[in-house]
Amino acid sequence: MSAIYALYTTPAAAQRAVNALRASSSALHFDAEQIVVVSQEPVEECEFAEDRHKTPMFLLAVIGGLLGAVTAYFLTSLTQRSYPLPTGGMPLVPPWTDGIIVYEMTMLGAILATLATLLVSAHLPTFRKPLSDPEIWTGKILVGVTDPPQDSRRELETRLRQAGATAVKSSS
Amino acid sequence: MDKTSEQLQRDLVAPLFHTNAAYWIAVALSGSLVLAGACAFLYQIYHGIGVWGLNSPVFWAFDITNFVFWIGISHAGTLISAILRLANATWRRPVTRCAEAITVFALSIGAIIPLCHTGRPWLGYYLIPYPSERHIWPNFRSPLLWDFFAILTYLTGSVSFLYLPIIPDFASLRDTTSGWRKRFYGTLSLGWEGTPHQWHRLETAMQIMAIVIIPVAVSVHTIVSWDFAMTLVPMWHSSIFGPYFVVGAIFSGIAALILAMALLRKSLHLEEYLRPLHFQNLGKLLLTMSLLWFYFTFAERLTTWYGNSNSDMVVFWSSIRQNFAPFFWIMVVCNFIIPVPILAIKRLRTITGTVIASITIVIGMWIERFLIVVPSLERKFLPYSWGTYRPTWVEDTLMAGSFGMMALLYLLFSKFVPMISIWELKAGETHPLISHEPVVAADPLADETPLTTETSS
Repeated sequence: MSAIYALYTTPAAAQRAVNALRASSSALHFDAEQIVVVSQEPVEECEFAEDRHKTPMFLLAVIGGLLGAVTAYFLTSLTQRSYPLPTGGMPLVPPWTDGIIVYEMTMLGAILATLATLLVSAHLPTFRKPLSDPEIWTGKILVGVTDPPQDSRRELETRLRQAGATAVKSSS
Repeated sequence: MDKTSEQLQRDLVAPLFHTNAAYWIAVALSGSLVLAGACAFLYQIYHGIGVWGLNSPVFWAFDITNFVFWIGISHAGTLISAILRLANATWRRPVTRCAEAITVFALSIGAIIPLCHTGRPWLGYYLIPYPSERHIWPNFRSPLLWDFFAILTYLTGSVSFLYLPIIPDFASLRDTTSGWRKRFYGTLSLGWEGTPHQWHRLETAMQIMAIVIIPVAVSVHTIVSWDFAMTLVPMWHSSIFGPYFVVGAIFSGIAALILAMALLRKSLHLEEYLRPLHFQNLGKLLLTMSLLWFYFTFAERLTTWYGNSNSDMVVFWSSIRQNFAPFFWIMVVCNFIIPVPILAIKRLRTITGTVIASITIVIGMWIERFLIVVPSLERKFLPYSWGTYRPTWVEDTLMAGSFGMMALLYLLFSKFVPMISIWELKAGETHPLISHEPVVAADPLADETPLTTETSS
């Protein structure tokens, strides 16, 4: 993945750069989805940091939990019916003790569903080279365009610089 | 603490690259204990479990004491970290990873001990419920199988809870190192970039994990208590055992966390990050738990004494004023008499004070686990079946090995992973510095670069 990007010292400057890129995307023949922002920590006070795609993670965690509960119920009750043990007059399928297994597997289902949703929705793991720069870890924010059109690179550089970039770089 | 991102990054990754002699000495010592434990274990495998001091009627002793102790210690991390995360306690940032790592290692060690106790650990997979040619299905009514599910869930949750917030730190190490480290951290970072989308997903996942892991942590130690409470052995069959065990677990867990933090602070030179404030706050929590522990211990024994059942009273007096009395009173001194004044008096609630209190608490809580397990088994209902228990060198060595393994895993972990979450600390430190400039989105319909669209607020 090739990219042209710039580094900014403040979220405000990064937001300016994002605004500039969005405004010029049609003129410079790239899609707004190609604009990428990378930071060393969550930046919450900027518009670009607002996630436009609502995540169903909570819902999926609940569904995962329910699936875990159903699995546990069938695991315990079917086992106890298929291989009946002497219980001395106690129920063959005891809801009290099976409830413990159901509870633990409900929680396990919710944990696994959350984990799976995170990995899928955050596109992890990925085998392509991530867009990054060592300077990000000194506090700078990276704003760039992935796979930029060749004939627009110079213009993109200018836009990124105008927004207050400390450096403009490209990666291939 | 006024530090730039660059300084924070440099300080917190420095322990990964610089190793002093004290570190190697600690590795050698803990490694020796692990080696000794491994030799004792091989000796036990070769000669059979008869080399332990177990006998009829004391079928559980040091091993189950250690099992309960380590599962208890594991409550330090994920539970405390999850509560502090949900409460958005800002002082938690340097503490959480130290705590979460304790959980994962202590839980793993705790889970190994019952396998050793089975005598034939290579058949441990019998615990896993799956249809097999043996036609043996685990008994889901058995508390020991509840342990399997509880520990499996807690370990899965704790490993996730530890690993997820490390991913961005692995990415930072991937981008700032070279050679094998770059490849190593590159693999572990899973290709993390740090886009707003990824940050949002990570934070949402951590919120959900925190909500789920708290009841799981409570359930785990409750289920461990049911290993005892579900039997009719004197002084075990108690409905208060669940909360009693949970309180004890959090109590010993916080003490272990303070000890780990104090060691990391000195050995990794993290004095500027693990500050007296953190020890004071954890000291207050420890004080609360000490008072709660005393309340539960009193309530547990009061109920037994008031009931005056013959079989219960034999065990009761055996632990209060007969052969186990020295252990009982050492436990009270270690868990209550020494720590309460140290932790209650602000002048004494220093780093040294909290460390001293924590050392006594860890010792006291191990004795408490021992006093729960052994006296009840020695004095079961009928006097003809009474017996005594003495640990052998094999059990002593295995216990020492478990402590060595905890130390060794923690030391090795601290050499590969920053022990303080870099990005979380930066988020706490740098936001106030950079958020003063107004940030405004552009009108998406504008066709010119909107450098002039900012408005001051």
